[in-house]
Amino acid sequence: MEHFISLFVRAVFIENMALAFFLGMCTFIAISKKVETAIGLGIAVVVVQTITMPVNNLVLTYLLRDGALAWAGLPDVDLSFLILLSFIGIIAAIVQIMEMLLDKYVPSLYNALGVFLPLITVNCAIMGGSLFMVERDYNFSESVVYGLGSGFSWALAIALLAGIREKLKYSDVPEGLQGLGITFITIGLMSLGFMSFSGVQL
Amino acid sequence: MSQPTVKEVLFNPILHNNPIGLQILGICSALAVTSNLQTALVMSAALTLVTGFSNLFISMIRSQIPSSIRMIVQMVIIASLVIVVDQILRAYAFSLAKQLSVFVGLIITNCIVMGRAEAFAMQNPPWLSFLDGIGNGLGYSAVLIALGVVRELFGAGKLFGIEIFALTKDGGWYLPNGMLLLPPSAFFLIGLFIWALRAWKKEQVEQPSFRMAPQVINKEAY
Repeated sequence: MEHFISLFVRAVFIENMALAFFLGMCTFIAISKKVETAIGLGIAVVVVQTITMPVNNLVLTYLLRDGALAWAGLPDVDLSFLILLSFIGIIAAIVQIMEMLLDKYVPSLYNALGVFLPLITVNCAIMGGSLFMVERDYNFSESVVYGLGSGFSWALAIALLAGIREKLKYSDVPEGLQGLGITFITIGLMSLGFMSFSGVQL
Repeated sequence: MSQPTVKEVLFNPILHNNPIGLQILGICSALAVTSNLQTALVMSAALTLVTGFSNLFISMIRSQIPSSIRMIVQMVIIASLVIVVDQILRAYAFSLAKQLSVFVGLIITNCIVMGRAEAFAMQNPPWLSFLDGIGNGLGYSAVLIALGVVRELFGAGKLFGIEIFALTKDGGWYLPNGMLLLPPSAFFLIGLFIWALRAWKKEQVEQPSFRMAPQVINKEAY
């Protein structure tokens, strides 16, 4: 249990998806002008990340990894070069299925998330999370915890940035820095703040 | 719509319409791989090739793709190209591939590739689309290489791992600025880069959403 808690805390604070690995930056910058929409998108990312990561893990262990097809009588087959293609397919499929399910059963949440759901497919934080899972050899239960933690870390970062940007629009920014420039510098400062967690030993 | 010329397509994205500076595309990897010049260079080459060829192939079959599944078709083409790049890197430059870790795979979700496929390759003939892909790749590379040079030169006193500035710890004169090797500095540098670009090209400046009222001093109050 302790192992999972420390994995979660690591994923949220020390290895923050947005602020330490810069994943999902495009949407991070484009959709952080309002706190409400940012939180909606954040929740969508947490949900998708928590579902896709374990599914990708299962596909990896039972289909793609070197020797993983032993159960089908093909112990010499190594399909690991298909990792990228199958992961992006799985992510796109899960996002699509989730969109349909939400539309049918939870229309209120579907309307709240609106256009952000399809955007999540191309969010690098989701793909990046799954690739980190491959690189670090997480098992199934670890991948559930890591999925939840990394999704939450991204949601936390975008909510914080949106809060800052909402206040920032009343400040007197030099002309050339207006908009994109000052946002980058703000994220830099936030990332510097999050680096102070990196000394935490778990 | 008039046909864009070859020169426009190839060189506009570098300064006038930079994918990172103006279109806000593909920032993820721009930050993570620039702490030294070598990885920045490899990443730029990989991305330029993938963007160019994905644009070429998508443009070739653009009239056959049904619009309802075009995203999936684009995704499959891009993913296949990235797999090729990834396998080549693993075969011939394994230590580099290890350093770039997940970021080669993340070219798939790099918005530049998808964005150009959707915005340009779906409407234009193959040859122009290919050049557009290469041009946008070059625009991205320009930013990446500039960041890589600044970060490695001032952060470690080296370029490509070869010493340029003699460091104080080896008896030289240059005290390296270690902060430039840390992730946040990439954000500051891109912010400053955008500032410089927009100071030069005034038409790219965004309008503030809220304008400050001029300060009015009421002399009576004193």
